[in-house]
Amino acid sequence: MVYLTRKLEFSASHLYHNPAFSAEENKRIFGKCNNPHGHGHNYTLEVTVAGDPDPVTGMVLDLKELKEILEREITQRMDHRFLNYEVPELKDQIPTCENIARVIWNLLEPKISKGRLHKVRLYETPDLYADCYRNGVHSA
Amino acid sequence: MTDGLKLELGRRYRFSASHRLHSSRLSKEENRRVYGKCNNPHGHGHNYVVEVNVSGIVDPATGMIANLADLDGFVEREVIEPFDHKSLNEDVAAFRESVPTTENVCKEIFARLKHFPKARLERVRVEETSNNTFEYAGEEL
Repeated sequence: MVYLTRKLEFSASHLYHNPAFSAEENKRIFGKCNNPHGHGHNYTLEVTVAGDPDPVTGMVLDLKELKEILEREITQRMDHRFLNYEVPELKDQIPTCENIARVIWNLLEPKISKGRLHKVRLYETPDLYADCYRNGVHSA
Repeated sequence: MTDGLKLELGRRYRFSASHRLHSSRLSKEENRRVYGKCNNPHGHGHNYVVEVNVSGIVDPATGMIANLADLDGFVEREVIEPFDHKSLNEDVAAFRESVPTTENVCKEIFARLKHFPKARLERVRVEETSNNTFEYAGEEL
C-alpha cells in the first residue's frame, strides 16, 4: 500500500456562534472567534489517498485527476468565501477545523475513483489542525 | 456521530530549555563516548516543538473535540510552564532519575498530558531541532 498526499491552500473567513447559546455563553466558549464580523485564515489542506500503484501507469491515482477534484470540490467551494454563509455543507454547523475537515472528507470520498481516501488534514494555522480518517484505520 | 469517521485535533507548542546528557550508570569516558558534545558538563539548549494530538467526539453545539482554551491551558500548566526556560536536568524531577534525551522528554510529556480530562490523548511528537523528531503514543502500539 502506498500513501500519496496532495496539498492545497485556500483562504476563507468564518466565525463561531451558536444561536442556542446566550451572547455571554457564545463569548465565553468561543472567545475572539465569536466576533460577529468574522475573521479569516489561510488554510492548508493535505489529502492522503491510499492504494496500490497500477501496474501499467505506476500510479495510485493520477495526481492530475486529484488536483482537478480538489479544485472543483474544495477551492471553488471554499476559497475566498465566508464559510458560515457561503458553503451550504457547513450550514447550521460551527465551522471549526474539525467540522470543515469532516465536510471535506464527505465531499472528496465519493469522488476518489482509484485508491481510497485515507486522511484529510486541515491546518487552520501552522500550529492548529484537524485530522479526519475512517475509524479503525491507523493514522499513518 | 455515526458516520464511522474519526476526528483528531493537532496542536503545536514551543518551549526552550537546556539539558545535559549524562548517565550515572556510565563511566566518565563512556558518557563522553556515548553522548559526545551533549555530555558537556555545563549543558546546552534547544527550542523544542511539541505536537499534541487528541481525539474524541465533536460536540455538535461547539463543533469542537475539546475547547482549545482548555487544551492550551492544560498543556501550558503541565508542560510549558515547568519546562520553558528551565534546565531539564535540574528543574524537572523526572530527569533527576532518567537522562533527558528527547525520547525521555517525549514520554514524560505524554505521561503529563495523558490525564487531559476533555479528550483522549493520541500521541505526542517532540522536535528537538528541525532535523530530529520523536513520537510516542503510549505502550498500546
